[in-house]
Amino acid sequence: MTEAAPRLVARDRPDLILGDHGLCPGCGEPLALRILLEVLEELDIVRRSVGVVGHGCYGSFVQIMDVEVLQCLHGRAPSCATGIKRVRPGTVVFTMQGDGDMVNEGLQEVLHTAARGENVTCVLLNNGVFGDTGGHQTATTVVGQRTKTSLDGRDPETHGYPIPLAELVASLAGVCYVARGAVSSAGGVARTKRMLRSAFEHQLAGDGFGLVEILTMCPTGWFVPAGSGPQYLTSSLEAAYPLGELPLRGQP
Amino acid sequence: MSRGTVSIDVERCKDCDLCVQACPPKVLEMSAEVNEMGYRFPVLHDGCTGCTACQLVCPDYVFQVYRFDVAPDEPHPPGQAAAPDG
Repeated sequence: MTEAAPRLVARDRPDLILGDHGLCPGCGEPLALRILLEVLEELDIVRRSVGVVGHGCYGSFVQIMDVEVLQCLHGRAPSCATGIKRVRPGTVVFTMQGDGDMVNEGLQEVLHTAARGENVTCVLLNNGVFGDTGGHQTATTVVGQRTKTSLDGRDPETHGYPIPLAELVASLAGVCYVARGAVSSAGGVARTKRMLRSAFEHQLAGDGFGLVEILTMCPTGWFVPAGSGPQYLTSSLEAAYPLGELPLRGQP
Repeated sequence: MSRGTVSIDVERCKDCDLCVQACPPKVLEMSAEVNEMGYRFPVLHDGCTGCTACQLVCPDYVFQVYRFDVAPDEPHPPGQAAAPDG
């Protein structure tokens, strides 16, 4: 009997990813990049899309993502996205920023952009460390998390408390969609992709500001083996930052 | 009997082990040998269902997942993925 030809059900990566990235084993950011670009492909908005990328490990993605990209100053992506969207209202504008970029360097940019209700989509890749510059503590490092600058774990007495950005943005008027996903499991990746799709659909409908926070693994910055990243994410970050779509101000 | 199979780009793999943990039927195993970069890589045993979990969690875009509409007579030898064109 002849063997039936196998049918391709999942490609390794979309055509929009042009080559290999140089990030650490077990990193969650390439997963976020893949699902983001898959959503652009599925919604057929690649030709209209402009990505605004901040600074961090994911900054190297500008060399391999086949989408119009602006890499701007540290933390200023939402402001640059505002400019692009206002000058070219027909474009679909998204930002890709890490927690160090969005919550430390650019906290006011994202909050003001959200409060103005700009019709852009911001994507926060949150792993609780400044991975690119060596793994320092960021504003989203959860209490007890070890980083290079909090080797005994983040202590609120000394370091203060983390900033839950998604909750902060969800409390502002002008915001149409806020969700938090995690790429620590197959189901989590699929759910996060649906969140990104919803955020882009809201932007296409002109509803206002959208934010998708994606909890990503950083085994290097967390001092855990690459394979233990998902377990660490679940026990630390996910415990402090609950997943799901967040209720918005004025909505039940 | 395998309902699906995967092609594995071993040279792209960085030995993070996420696919082995994510695989529901537990048919992926890390190799004993290493690739050009010095990393171990996953090998596939019989029993793949083509569920795409490995492809979903792979940060290095190593997997392509295929399903058999008609199950093949012979299971693939352990550790060897089917050629994409059948």
